[in-house]
Amino acid sequence: MVQINLPQNSKIEKGEYYKDRTGSKNIRKVNIYRWDPSTGKNPRIDTYEVDMNNCPSKVLDLLNKIKNEIDPSIAYRRSCAHGVCGSCAMNMDGKNGLACTKPHEEIKGDINIYPLPHLKVQKDLIGDLNTLYKQYHSVEPWLKNSKKNDNKENLQSIEDRSKLDGLYECIMCACCSTACPSYWWNGDKYLGPAVLLQAYRWIIDSRDEDRKERLQKVADELKLYRCHTILNCTNACPKGLNPAKAIAEIKKMLATT
Amino acid sequence: MSEYNIIDHEYDVVVLGAGGSGLRAAVGLSEAGLKTACISKVFPTRSHTSAAQGGISAALGNMGEDDWRWHMYDTVKGSDWLGDQDCIEYLCKEAPRAVLELERYGVPFSRTKDGKIYQRSFGGMTKNYGNETVQRTCAAADRTGHAILHTMYGQALKHNTEFFIEYFALDLLMKNGECKGLLAWNLNDGTIHRFRSHITIIATGGYGKTYYSSTSAHTCTGDGNAMALRAGLPLQDMEFVQFHPTGIYGHGTLISEGVRGEGGYLVNSKGERFMERYAPKAKDLASRDVVSRSIAVEINEGRGVGNEKDHVHLHLDHLDPKVIESRLPGISESSRLFANVDVTKEPIPVVPTVHYNMGGIPTNYKAEVITLNGSEKVVPGLMAIGEAACVSVHGANRLGSNSLIDLVVFGRAAAKRAAELVKPGSPHENISDNETEKCIDRFHKLRNANGENKTADLRLAMQKTMQSKCAVFRTEKTLKEGVNEIRKPFDGMDSISVKDKSLIFNTDLVETLEFDNLIRQAIVTMDSAYERRESRGAHAREDYPKRDDNQFMKHTLSWCEGSKTKIDYKEVNRSTLSNDVQYFPPQERVY
Repeated sequence: MVQINLPQNSKIEKGEYYKDRTGSKNIRKVNIYRWDPSTGKNPRIDTYEVDMNNCPSKVLDLLNKIKNEIDPSIAYRRSCAHGVCGSCAMNMDGKNGLACTKPHEEIKGDINIYPLPHLKVQKDLIGDLNTLYKQYHSVEPWLKNSKKNDNKENLQSIEDRSKLDGLYECIMCACCSTACPSYWWNGDKYLGPAVLLQAYRWIIDSRDEDRKERLQKVADELKLYRCHTILNCTNACPKGLNPAKAIAEIKKMLATT
Repeated sequence: MSEYNIIDHEYDVVVLGAGGSGLRAAVGLSEAGLKTACISKVFPTRSHTSAAQGGISAALGNMGEDDWRWHMYDTVKGSDWLGDQDCIEYLCKEAPRAVLELERYGVPFSRTKDGKIYQRSFGGMTKNYGNETVQRTCAAADRTGHAILHTMYGQALKHNTEFFIEYFALDLLMKNGECKGLLAWNLNDGTIHRFRSHITIIATGGYGKTYYSSTSAHTCTGDGNAMALRAGLPLQDMEFVQFHPTGIYGHGTLISEGVRGEGGYLVNSKGERFMERYAPKAKDLASRDVVSRSIAVEINEGRGVGNEKDHVHLHLDHLDPKVIESRLPGISESSRLFANVDVTKEPIPVVPTVHYNMGGIPTNYKAEVITLNGSEKVVPGLMAIGEAACVSVHGANRLGSNSLIDLVVFGRAAAKRAAELVKPGSPHENISDNETEKCIDRFHKLRNANGENKTADLRLAMQKTMQSKCAVFRTEKTLKEGVNEIRKPFDGMDSISVKDKSLIFNTDLVETLEFDNLIRQAIVTMDSAYERRESRGAHAREDYPKRDDNQFMKHTLSWCEGSKTKIDYKEVNRSTLSNDVQYFPPQERVY
């Protein structure tokens, strides 16, 4: 029989409710996904009432405020706090993004915060990105160039260099890949938008001598062609990049060479 | 201790940290055939190197004549003659080769019309020993650190470097003054790991989070520095904390010096380009300590902008929007996100913000750690590189774009030296379990702490004290108060509380361990600052406004046990490494 219900141990339960203790009149409710692997318990949603009078503008500020003032046990990744390290990618108000660049003002009603979808959760808001990292390794993200001249740089025209714009900026936060239904379904085989964008970054680099091999390597029913141009990836990218276009360019190159 | 199952590893070399310097070292070690582990508390591309914007310095001469000796002079002058000139010579001479290597690794540098690496002007970088501005800073738009870090990670993957990611390092394992490895906690599954190694390379970055407002990441907690302190080793020149002139007001996000390199300038509430008064020649491109002090003076004298008159404006709205789009896209994005400013139309509100630690673990130019025990001695088995190290190439003040070059030059130097010292696969000595137990005890005690003080509150108290008592300008009075006040959060640790008792991704405990690391560095920073009764580089004493070469042309060394410190001094190296260049004797420092 096909199992159509979620397994019992994955059902999300109602968790703790942390009432405001500051007496503030400007309160917002924040619902956060919690799961601790060491307890054997089901995941739960904890609710925090947060005084918004003393909270800076981003969702990360809100989380930090909760962690510092209400509940230090809540676990999430964070580092640079200005959108360059890619640590704090999570699902906020149903949309993937970086907590450090997402203004909480943009979210109406209660603020719902979940881990990135379709990853194995390691704890609370921390998802397991190891599969994605392995896939990244598989596209061999390094320059392949046989020239051996230690005293000179490879020359690259401004025009050729500009082809890397919109690609090299990727911070591998995984917002795009974990927003992609194809990646949800075939994440073990389909490379997904983040990794394909990275693959294209090396394919299109004029200094690289391995273009043909790189293209052949991804030219695969599952690795590449599971992209069905749903465009959730481009919609999700917090850096304004366009992974869907990068994938389309790879497909185009394969079709025309 | 029995509660913890310890997993043992043996490596030729262990690199702690996977930012620019750690990755460069790891690549070099793999190339040399040494069995290498690279341990990091964050995934490598999340390291704070990714936040470096403006560029990486090297006298390539792509934009006009340049010479590594000029670069060396600028760095010596920038350091206010506290830098060791043998090390600075090594840095500047090696720099061009290191940048070309990065290019061949695949770093997407911006380009000149003839296809070479684009270079921009930066603070303190001059032609012909201080004469006019030179374009020496190699850039990948304003995302140079990001581009280098991701490329270096690719190189590490190419060399199949063995990573231990999201492992939090606890302590060094020492035996008779030699380093034998380290202990780390695997956040992914809660296990404790003992790494035995012939050489341990600390590449853990700076400790900017000791301050309330900094451009540093949440993870910049100087874990390696604190591990060195706990191992009974000194830190060097900790009083020299760089305030970057342009952090976004209220948020602290970095706005690259590249903005001024591309023609941006600062103005006060009178609309005056005030840097012309403080640095007639270099103006907005004077070195960072000078610009930060000038801004602080403008604000103190009532010429700040905004309701509180507590910041200044950075203009780039006069620049061609195309230049902004191609060379400064990242800061345009940051300004929009964190200051709600369209940089093509309005100025950015900025204020000096803690940015970089010139101080750190003392090393020689081969990256070997040095201690003082009667005389200067190398600590066998231990190296330090990057912001964690104090070589010292930056002395009392680092020039912009000299940090990225420091990472790769000394990352490579460490790998080279390790390859000379270690025969691949040589057997490891036995070490007693005492060291391990001592370290586990500290970990266990903090994990089970049930006191009244929240880590976040103690951290905040520390940060506020550092911010107010050890700022751009310092006096005997503020520092004396600081020396007393900074010990309160340390004492508060006796009654700290950790709510989460689990072992998997226990970020409550991580932050408590990080606080334990930070507070020790805050204490030695404050005490070192108190003892240095002169003004030099980033250390500006209002009560001792002049540099005093007779008394203080020396490096501060500070040890810390509990909250007790010991301060001693070590001579600045007054000779160069080779005859390719002459020693630059101290001069008055004007820009």
